[in-house]
Amino acid sequence: MARTLRRMADEIVERFSGTEDLILVGIQRRGVQLAERIAGYITEREGAIVALGALDITLYRDDLQTIGPRPVVGKTDLPLSLDHRTVVIVDDVLYTGRTVRAAMDELADFGRPARIALAVLVDRGGRELPIHADIVGKRIQAPSELRVDVLIREVDGEDGVVTVPREGEG
Amino acid sequence: MDSILLRGGRVVDPSQNLDAIGDVLVEGDAIAHAGSPLGEVRRDGGLMVIDCAGRIVAPGFIDVHCHLREPGREDVETIATGAMAAAAGGFTAVCAMPNTDPVTDNQAAVGFIVRQAQRAGSARVYPIGAVSLGQRGDSLAEFGEMVGAGAVGVSDDGKPVASAQLMRSALEYARTFNIPVADHCEEPTLAKGGAMNEGVVSARLGLKGIPSEAEEIMAIRDILLARRTGGHVHLCHMSTRGSVELIRWGKDRGIRVTAEVCPHHLSLTEDAVEGYDTNAKMNPPLRTADDVEALREAVRDGTIDLVATDHAPHHYDEKERAFSDAPNGIVGLETALAVVVTHLVVPGIIAWPLLVDRMSTTPARVFGLQGGTLRRGTVADITIFDPAVAWTVDPDTFLSKGRNSPYRGKALTGRATCTIVGGRVVYGDGRREMGDGR
Amino acid sequence: MNSPVLGKDLLGLETLSAEQIRLILDTAGPLKEISERTIKKVPALRGMTIVNLFFEASTRTRISFEFAEKRLSADTVNVGAAGSSVSKGETLVDTARNLEAMRIDMVVIRHGASGAAKFLADRIESKVVNAGDGTHEHPTQGLLDLLTLRDRLGDLAGRRVCICGDVLHSRVARSNLWGLKKLGAEVAVCGPRSLLPNAIDEMGVKVFDRIEAAIEWAEALNILRLQLERMQGGYIPSLREYNRVFGVTRERLDRAPRDIIIMHPGPMNRGVEIDSDVADGPHSVILDQVTNGVAIRMAVLYLLAGGRPEGG
Repeated sequence: MARTLRRMADEIVERFSGTEDLILVGIQRRGVQLAERIAGYITEREGAIVALGALDITLYRDDLQTIGPRPVVGKTDLPLSLDHRTVVIVDDVLYTGRTVRAAMDELADFGRPARIALAVLVDRGGRELPIHADIVGKRIQAPSELRVDVLIREVDGEDGVVTVPREGEG
Repeated sequence: MDSILLRGGRVVDPSQNLDAIGDVLVEGDAIAHAGSPLGEVRRDGGLMVIDCAGRIVAPGFIDVHCHLREPGREDVETIATGAMAAAAGGFTAVCAMPNTDPVTDNQAAVGFIVRQAQRAGSARVYPIGAVSLGQRGDSLAEFGEMVGAGAVGVSDDGKPVASAQLMRSALEYARTFNIPVADHCEEPTLAKGGAMNEGVVSARLGLKGIPSEAEEIMAIRDILLARRTGGHVHLCHMSTRGSVELIRWGKDRGIRVTAEVCPHHLSLTEDAVEGYDTNAKMNPPLRTADDVEALREAVRDGTIDLVATDHAPHHYDEKERAFSDAPNGIVGLETALAVVVTHLVVPGIIAWPLLVDRMSTTPARVFGLQGGTLRRGTVADITIFDPAVAWTVDPDTFLSKGRNSPYRGKALTGRATCTIVGGRVVYGDGRREMGDGR
Repeated sequence: MNSPVLGKDLLGLETLSAEQIRLILDTAGPLKEISERTIKKVPALRGMTIVNLFFEASTRTRISFEFAEKRLSADTVNVGAAGSSVSKGETLVDTARNLEAMRIDMVVIRHGASGAAKFLADRIESKVVNAGDGTHEHPTQGLLDLLTLRDRLGDLAGRRVCICGDVLHSRVARSNLWGLKKLGAEVAVCGPRSLLPNAIDEMGVKVFDRIEAAIEWAEALNILRLQLERMQGGYIPSLREYNRVFGVTRERLDRAPRDIIIMHPGPMNRGVEIDSDVADGPHSVILDQVTNGVAIRMAVLYLLAGGRPEGG
């Protein structure tokens, strides 16, 4: 996983020509840790500190009525103004695109970035919205009966990508 | 002259110390025989034979405390529907409390109830006149005129007689007519705004409580005034252990105090209010398990003389309110017998003769009414009931217009099957058969 | 569709489990941040209709609920007692039926009769939030008090909290009492015995007859508002004497062995149950309570709003 994240860090720097005005915004939960790690690699490479933020999109979801509330709402923490910046949304898995849509809605409530980009560790296909990732760590084609989970050591104790059968509901 | 033969029932008549399988013969409106089995019975006129095997045949039950709502709230109950509900519950006679609209506080109002009851032709209805004009607690109503028109007692029930002086006068004045003064014991300032028993449940539910002392203070006041005046005070719907102790104290001293208890106070506790069930709202309120235990014991030992229903029908949407805004009272005529059987006879607290005594013989004696006995030559007011039948209460089947019962859905034991008033079957179970006795 | 975590309604804290209470508090924490944003609004309850049905006048609670609803993007209608059909003798049950017929999602009800919220909840399919019923419960106030205490003290297990004043007539007191006990706090009450439930000794709380003793014992005081009607009711002789005997004053607090957190559900009678220099003092968290109120109500509305389809 480290190699993939390092490559993603490289791509981000190259694509957006440096670290100035860059802010990495991880989506709760695992996107936040992934953003932190990518920022670490960028710092190693560029010697510059990259701004970080966290986004909890629970309250922006469009499926509250069907899947029920996520009991504990994580924290949205955007330390500085987003205006005129390049915001890179970082998440673990890109699937339907609904989470990203919610994240963009939420970002819009915080300001007007110059540009929003999307970096995901795994793109598993199966999009339901016209959304694609700018930077992808790994692509897999997983059928909808399967759930693709990213494990990270900060949360799960180890790094990895696992595919498990979906239980009852999404 | 029509006759009725009640064949093969268990005849229970505490007035004659009678408790045996046997027959009862009714001729016209009077009892011709009660007790030992009769042989073949032949009559020239019609003879109705009712098979009473497995049933108890008892002198008709008498409820000295009910609210029939007529005049004034005929949408809620009428004398006719109330009398039919009474008959269905095994009551051959009931006493109607005077808190009608207008208040039954004069001979014309008393006469109206008597006439309406005659027209209904079901259970007998005896009016109770008001103690005070308009039940306002200021000046005495005309006891003599009301008794002349058919009143059997006086009461301001629904309200206490707040003035001790007026209560004293009422007890003194009632002696001329030898009628009881029935009092709703409630010290008004302590009870003000109360919606249920004061205790831990009221504290939890945030409902204003009525302390037991509100009843007990008035009970002892009335007992002391009865001692002073020599009058007969009848204490309505006693609900606390303290009241029982005070009545016992009065009776030990020969004071003319009698007392009643309602089936709900013998069977339910304040816990029934949980969830703000307005069908558990009545005044006096449901008390604690300890009070229930004391009241049951008092029925057994005679400290409490009799069981009365305090039947209080309300329109269903009057009870569809927040608890504190809902009116007090429940219907009781059609569940009273079963509640007493289930909660006193089945657990072995009292035996059948005592049940009949507390629901028939003693009520007749306390209010000076005919009935309460199966003695030869007395009026043929008879209740036949199945002591063992288990049934589930469904208020929607009540003959009363009221549906406000806390026993909805409860399983009870014992039910009247046939009620005879003045030699006439006014309520029957379909088991009766016409024939000549052969 | 009932909330998988709270059920259909929020009627009181007595019927909630400690886990449910913790869940509400944990949800409220992050929601506080929304009120700090420039755009203080998230779309969580978009398209949901909420009626604020206030049979009793209440400025604070109604405003707090309204902010919570609006910050979650719900559509809200306020119905007050004055000028509505409620004041024209319409019964609670008719009001309930009419609301039901309008297909609303949630009702926030404040009513003067204990049990009114449950009455409504039993009769309509819409979710019901009790915003204070008579002298029974005021669960969102209880929850916001718990959140405020938890912000200061951390885990409330073993913490000592005293509820001061007119416990007898206080729905806030009851909700606090149940909530605190469920979270493991030690609870005491202090006030004139004429303003405590007669059965208070059976409710599992410590009772202090003197405020000085309560202050010596407690880590936090929740000071209830003394309704001025209590004098006419004959419960206490005068406000002046109340302040002298039971008032939380700077002098009394100065003698305490520790700093004591001061809470008050408002509105305050300054100089009666609480002195101004206490209310405005360094240990007062009264304004934090107001801030937390919005977050707690957002959390409750959010948790109640979602639901799993049956069997899904």
